Amino acid sequence: MPFNETDLRAIGLTLRLAGTTMALLLVLCTPLAWWLARTRSRWRGPLSAVVALPLVLPPTVIGFYLLVALGPNGPLGQLTTALGLGTLPFTFWGLVLGSLIYSLPFAVQPLQGAFEAIGERPLEAAATLGAGPLDRFFTVALPLARGGFVTAAILSFAHTVGEFGVVLMLGGNIPGVTRVISVQIYDHVEALEYTQAHWLAGGMVVFSFIVLLGLNLTRRARLLP
Amino acid sequence: MNEESEGINARLVVQRRTFTLDVDLQLPGSGFIALFGPSGCGKTTCLRALAGLERANPGLVRVAGTTWQDDTAGIWLPTHQRALGYVFQEASLFAHLSVGGNIAYAQRRVRPGARSAAAAPAVALERAVNLLGLTGLMDRRPATLSGGERQRVAIARALAAQPRVLLMDEPLAALDAGRKAELLPYLEALQRTLAIPVLYVSHALDEVARLATYMVLLDAGRVRASGSAEDLIARLDLPLAQGDAAATIVEGTLLRHDGAEHLSTLAFSGGELHVTSATSRPVGQRLRVRILARDVSLTLARQSGTSILNIVPATVTGLREDSPGQWMVALDAGGARLLARITQRSVHVLGITPGRTLFAQVKGVALLE
Repeated sequence: MPFNETDLRAIGLTLRLAGTTMALLLVLCTPLAWWLARTRSRWRGPLSAVVALPLVLPPTVIGFYLLVALGPNGPLGQLTTALGLGTLPFTFWGLVLGSLIYSLPFAVQPLQGAFEAIGERPLEAAATLGAGPLDRFFTVALPLARGGFVTAAILSFAHTVGEFGVVLMLGGNIPGVTRVISVQIYDHVEALEYTQAHWLAGGMVVFSFIVLLGLNLTRRARLLP
Repeated sequence: MNEESEGINARLVVQRRTFTLDVDLQLPGSGFIALFGPSGCGKTTCLRALAGLERANPGLVRVAGTTWQDDTAGIWLPTHQRALGYVFQEASLFAHLSVGGNIAYAQRRVRPGARSAAAAPAVALERAVNLLGLTGLMDRRPATLSGGERQRVAIARALAAQPRVLLMDEPLAALDAGRKAELLPYLEALQRTLAIPVLYVSHALDEVARLATYMVLLDAGRVRASGSAEDLIARLDLPLAQGDAAATIVEGTLLRHDGAEHLSTLAFSGGELHVTSATSRPVGQRLRVRILARDVSLTLARQSGTSILNIVPATVTGLREDSPGQWMVALDAGGARLLARITQRSVHVLGITPGRTLFAQVKGVALLE
């Protein structure tokens, strides 16, 4: 058995974190991407830049600000305490919040691109056939953008699996609660357990390769009639 | 019901940076109505404003007695509440649905105010599907169809919504000549059978001459002329009677067939015309034929010993220079209008002036519908 019990707990936690983050991102980013794809508001530019920030910011910076904001003295921390949720740093849901921000552009951008690619015409055609705005969104826009949803799901999941800096800043290293695969690899290396580190690191390489291969295949499938 | 409540009544003003559309349209409640004009004259904007895809301000749109927009009364129905069918230049089918799925999409959303199938059997779906030759295509995906097939599906889909008016924005413009020729007979079949008015945007005179019964000529956002298609395309003061495509439409009754020679005789107000390829039509049927100006020559005395079968007496009503050396002559043949494009020299030699009586020799007569 190449993995010990803490390894398995780290793998389970990572998958749970990535799955939760992906699901929440798809729900939250759909209206945001729809708005970004169709608005002519002057806020479009600044908001697009904010959405893209996690692409360029060091994860430690994101983690640091979240730690401060969510801490007992931070504005969000005081809010969560007042709501009876306690403080979020060093908890699973704290990591989910950090991951949402960290992986945000990987969900928004494919969705926005897919919505933009639909164009105005199919929606106008639907309107002339008697479909109201919500009807058009669910029966025309969503099905036509399904490729964007597949890409957004795969990318946000995979990107969250590889998270390290934000987790370390915001979640620390609590086995079963915040110790994800990347942190576990770091721990193995620190302890000079290279064999264990190899199994996890190699697993990540294989996982990433399969994800990208899958992405490529779904794209090609969509190009064929 | 009086004509106004049955027809289309639209007063539309759309301000754009580059031009202003300002039209007042009173259109009949049936037939193929062509919105004709050069590119950029506002035809498409006009159609989009009627459909509510674009907002005319101020605007008034009444179709078959229902008010879709009336800014003085604060009435605005969004597009999806207007009982209309719209065929775009590109078919704009839903790529994620089959042909049948596209048609069912419209069927499931028939709007209040739409005609029931019983009241307007011409738009009953099954018939439209047959008429447009789609029976074998229902399971296909739009991506696997030819351009002409896609456009036919788009038309059937628009009709499946049980519209009170069908709006078509240059449905042939995106097709090559072969596909155009393939789709035109379907449009002609619609022209014969549809009980609702069809507003047809086009900048191609040959299409209009084949299909239109009524015509609105737009120029730089304004109505230059409107009236029956037969009248408008023969008028020398309009840019329609110009060049190679200039033609007139003559309506007549099928008198008899000569089966051995594949020839049929058509009686019209100015005499008789011989037509080929009409032998399948029943005697007594009303037919429309198109006569190109370039196929009509003039002679002062009735010729004999000529291969031209169709020679009718006519009176010159006007003439105008068409291009250097070429003149367009407008003729009245017993109430029917003809155009003849002849050389400047012939105008002088024959002494052609308004009021002159002569004979028009018609070389080609194309059956419409």
